[in-house]
Amino acid sequence: MSAVAPATVDPADPWIPRSYRVTRRTSESPDTATLEVVPSEGALPAFRPGQFNMLYAFGVGEIAVSLSGDPADRSRFVHTVRTVGAVSGAIAALPAGAVLGLRGPFGTPWPLEEARGRDIILIAGGLGLAPLRPAIHEVLGHRERYRRVVILVGMRNPNDILYRHELERWRSTLDVELEVTVDRADAGWHGHVGVVPSLIPRTSFDPAHAIAMICGPEIMMRFTAQALEGVGVALERIYVSMERNMKCAIGLCGHCQFGPLFVCRDGPVMRMDRIAKIFAVREI
Amino acid sequence: MTHPDVEQAIMGAGELECLLAVLQSQGYQVLGPTVRDGAIVYDEISRMDQLPRGVSDRQEAGRYRLESRGDEAFFGYAVGPQSWKRFLHPPLERLFQIRRKGESLELDDGRFATRFAFLGVRACELRAIAIQDKVFAGGPYRDAAYQRRRQDNFIIAVNCAVAGGTCFCVSMGAGPKADRGFDLALTELLGDRHEFLVEAGSTAGRDVLARLKSRPAAATDIDAAAAVSAGTAANMGRTVDTEGIRSLLQDNPDHPRWEEVADRCLSCANCTMVCPTCFCTTIEDHSDLSNQVATRERKWDSCFTLDFSFIHGGSVRTQTRSRYRQWMTHKLSSWVDQFGTSGCVGCGRCITWCPVGIDITEETAAIRATADARGGAAHGGT
Amino acid sequence: MAGLERILLEHPFFRGLDAAAGSLIVGCARNVVFEPGRYMCREGEPADEFYLLREGTVALEIAAPGRAPSVFLTLGEGEIVGVSWLTPPYRWSFDARAVDRVRALGLDARCLRAKCEADHDLGYELMKRCLALLTRRLHATRLQMLDVYARPAV
Repeated sequence: MSAVAPATVDPADPWIPRSYRVTRRTSESPDTATLEVVPSEGALPAFRPGQFNMLYAFGVGEIAVSLSGDPADRSRFVHTVRTVGAVSGAIAALPAGAVLGLRGPFGTPWPLEEARGRDIILIAGGLGLAPLRPAIHEVLGHRERYRRVVILVGMRNPNDILYRHELERWRSTLDVELEVTVDRADAGWHGHVGVVPSLIPRTSFDPAHAIAMICGPEIMMRFTAQALEGVGVALERIYVSMERNMKCAIGLCGHCQFGPLFVCRDGPVMRMDRIAKIFAVREI
Repeated sequence: MTHPDVEQAIMGAGELECLLAVLQSQGYQVLGPTVRDGAIVYDEISRMDQLPRGVSDRQEAGRYRLESRGDEAFFGYAVGPQSWKRFLHPPLERLFQIRRKGESLELDDGRFATRFAFLGVRACELRAIAIQDKVFAGGPYRDAAYQRRRQDNFIIAVNCAVAGGTCFCVSMGAGPKADRGFDLALTELLGDRHEFLVEAGSTAGRDVLARLKSRPAAATDIDAAAAVSAGTAANMGRTVDTEGIRSLLQDNPDHPRWEEVADRCLSCANCTMVCPTCFCTTIEDHSDLSNQVATRERKWDSCFTLDFSFIHGGSVRTQTRSRYRQWMTHKLSSWVDQFGTSGCVGCGRCITWCPVGIDITEETAAIRATADARGGAAHGGT
Repeated sequence: MAGLERILLEHPFFRGLDAAAGSLIVGCARNVVFEPGRYMCREGEPADEFYLLREGTVALEIAAPGRAPSVFLTLGEGEIVGVSWLTPPYRWSFDARAVDRVRALGLDARCLRAKCEADHDLGYELMKRCLALLTRRLHATRLQMLDVYARPAV
């Protein structure tokens, strides 16, 4: 009797990527692309806004990328990828027709159910708009579920505004307040210049009951949460999307630990009161 | 884990040879302790003379030496640098091989699972295996190959007759007597006769015991075995106070002790390699020259490496102090939040194998001493 | 004058100011309007006045040769343009351009400085508010300076 037995491949094994195909690639900027992908066979899994997939560039590696599409669209996954290394560069360069591996969806979603019947504030900084975009789609697609809807977006400069046409379309929606600010601009820009937190005192919402969802660089999220607290939004109603090194995305490799929490499994969306203490510790 | 009525018997020491043969005939790859390169490691055992007969170990912080006992004991030593995790959760494992096929990717191959029999598993190691069971088979996502290896696992525990110089299983409630999680448990009795008290802890264990020459254990045998364990418990090399340790560590991220230990810590990762519960891994993807076939491998990693926490632009934990804090807080504190128990079993390996002799029990005591002096409140920081 | 005083006391910058202080300050106040594209002040010029914005948007810019001016901050209703009037040499450190039609309360700096010297309680009230404003601006400027949306050096 042999001691060694090969394991049969289980397609449901969360370590194994599924084959997906790129159906469309859109260049957002010289180093950022949006890919639309579909499974090579079988059905597309459902996802909740705030979740992410592990995208596998054949033979190169895997990275965690947030889902950026409309969760109501069951025909494809949408991912916006910025080139910051070998793997992201390989994925961002994939043309329509190319094949890649995909594991997921993973992670905790934005608390859209909890926000029903309340004012909802979505605040995005830079590429942080990508993980919030599915939430925006869902909120605008079910507008009657929420009271006031406020969307605040911070970008580096006017040339770097992600999803610009969509932002313009959303902004023209009458029952949505949407403001965009940039860190710096030249005179050709007629909108706000300044950091995202400074937009908060200029908007109107009910701080005592509103739910806020922030996504962007950690410094931006920290300052924005502080500004929200400053106008009376309790930490239990402020949510952020955390990011850490990820290898497995299923809580088994240990890399994404943030205090006692696994960002892949207890996040990426986390409630501020639960992490406020950890958030404040350097190099935790 | 079942807790059937434990059957107890006495077998002669020489019957070990038969035990090995029975396991091999049942298709197990038998692994047990053996001496190599001046240490006791775990490797394939086919004959009992490969066991470290008459060998003992002297362990202290940063120090490990084998010595001669002057008797014929097969298990007269504490634990060596290796633990059973190297078989259940291998240091290098291929997760899959994948190939381009037309417009999609196809999986070539899955993972392998071996039927292991472990001879000589100590109580602390049983606890460590149970802890890793929780990690790999007790969460929302499971490691199927680990589960298969565990399902097919035959475990022969050994109750320690010798407490190691750095052992503190008693403080962690993890030993020295094995009480569950084994198929058979042996207590070596070195009286007039060289014998083993054998306890069967499962149906498979009872089945194997039935194939060995033994006699029912008498009350005196059972008492002798109990005395062995009691003696070991009374001779622990270290103790640690685990009262409130979860909040003690999580509430003190800016304690000055972290800086102090970082002055000594080399960030060499030895502790994570020898620790029987550390489970962190990293992923490596490769492809062949034609870029048609790719593989993914998973290998052991350590939170002590600088790029363990790397995210675009840099690492989160750039200082040794942060990485040591991460390891120790995870092991003794965060593990409780994540998996419901401590991650430490008190085996002492991290103390023995640290090149500069950093002692996790000493660090705990030091943090506790001055944290309490400040009224338990965190200083600055949080 | 009563109308101006009311406007002054309703402006967020003077929230909580007592009426007596308000009547002192209003003596230095006047209504101003800037048409779109007009510059309210220029870098280097004497900072004779500072503005409490009531309506419209103002862009703060720094000019540099060979390129369009860089806008580093926009301000709107309820906010303040100008802090250089507080300390010597009392000169503007940027250009401020009305982006659209801007209505504001202009406060004469020399008049206000004299009143603060004469009445230190008034001066303290003003300094508290200006310091709070400066601190907020400083924090926001730091966040801007960190350039958090920039690509990391790969």
